[in-house]
Amino acid sequence: MSPSSSFTPVIPGSGLPAGTPPAATPKKIPHRGGPVNPTVDALRAKFGGAIQRVDVVWGETSVVVERSRVADIVRWLHDDPEQAYVYLSDVTAVEFRDVEQPLEVVWHLRSLAFRRFIRLKALLPKGTPLEVPSVYPIFKSADWMERECFDMFGIKFVGHPDLRRLLMWEGYKEGFPLRKDFPLRGRFSRAEQLRQALAANPEARYSKEELSIADAFEDLPQDMRARLRSGEKTGE
Amino acid sequence: MGLTPRPESNVVSYDPKGGEGWVTTRLDFLVNWGRANSLWPMPFGTACCAIEFMATAAAQFDLARFGMERMSFSPRQADVLICAGRVPFKLAPVLRRIWQQMPQPKWCISMGACASTGGMFDNYAVVQGIDTIIPVDVYVPGCPPRPEGLIYGIMMLQEKVKRERAADPTIRHEMEPDPTSQLYIPPSAINELSEPFGNAVHQTRSGL
Repeated sequence: MSPSSSFTPVIPGSGLPAGTPPAATPKKIPHRGGPVNPTVDALRAKFGGAIQRVDVVWGETSVVVERSRVADIVRWLHDDPEQAYVYLSDVTAVEFRDVEQPLEVVWHLRSLAFRRFIRLKALLPKGTPLEVPSVYPIFKSADWMERECFDMFGIKFVGHPDLRRLLMWEGYKEGFPLRKDFPLRGRFSRAEQLRQALAANPEARYSKEELSIADAFEDLPQDMRARLRSGEKTGE
Repeated sequence: MGLTPRPESNVVSYDPKGGEGWVTTRLDFLVNWGRANSLWPMPFGTACCAIEFMATAAAQFDLARFGMERMSFSPRQADVLICAGRVPFKLAPVLRRIWQQMPQPKWCISMGACASTGGMFDNYAVVQGIDTIIPVDVYVPGCPPRPEGLIYGIMMLQEKVKRERAADPTIRHEMEPDPTSQLYIPPSAINELSEPFGNAVHQTRSGL
């Protein structure tokens, strides 16, 4: 299929039955409880035990799902014509101050046709490998969001084609800045931070296309060089 | 740094009665006068200070009155690096390279609290003052400084340029960073400069 023919415009609210009143800002939303997104019933029927908990907070439905099934669930939400969650607006993670509490990875999905919003969460208990399936094969927009999440929290998105740091530079050694055990000013002294920053090659952080034509290739970490060598096309 | 007492004879003598007309002056004075009034700034704007810098350059405050008619977006044609905004560690090698690409004579203005000290960003990501990366001539305080503040800093820089002596070799000395660490100043000095101060001392640190 050519790229031009794969584009079909989505008209907001087009999936709703005729006679549905136009969208309006809801008033008096309760903090907890309220109407549950109807997608949840469909999810329960389809995935059963993988749906662990459902909360409605400020009118938005949060579904805690089993971490290994995330990609299947997102795939189904995206592909099923009765759901049509075609817009991934955020992928992020939360760590709580309570060390007992697991990390949460959060996906925000929006169904334009049905005017629905759903929030998926996967719990990553401390001590387990911080790995969740990537949704990059479903949403290309997950690329940088997952890279940022990896950069800040160290969560590995299995299946992401190019999971490297996005905000901090390649070879940043201090860890994952948004984790609660990360000191605000970083782990190293200021002089050491500056020394490491100045040692970085300014050209070593562009896109792969730019990198492949830059001189900085040999300065890259070993694993990244290996990834780049495996059949990367240059940008010409 | 590099400031010498102002020579007394910074005057231009001329003879209007002579047929050809002639002018005598000190070469230093003439050269510095030319340099000070044709500084081309290289804007390194990373944050809100750059908005104030743009306001300074625009019609209301009109930086062109001070000889800065042209922004030099290439460092190779620039005289003054104006660092406007916070500099994260990721930008530190970029700023260093831009500075090294600028030809001598060159000066640097650190505009705003963040560029000068790290400002409110006393965290893992932000350089605590660009003077740990490159030498700075004028610091302009403010968050962000008003255009008048920046213009005052520029006039101070012009004053500094006018006091330079061509015979003084130190002012054209290109600082070479330490080859192993790439730092200009010793690590202990950087740590001391970057120490938290004021309320930042009591800032909550994550103790987990």
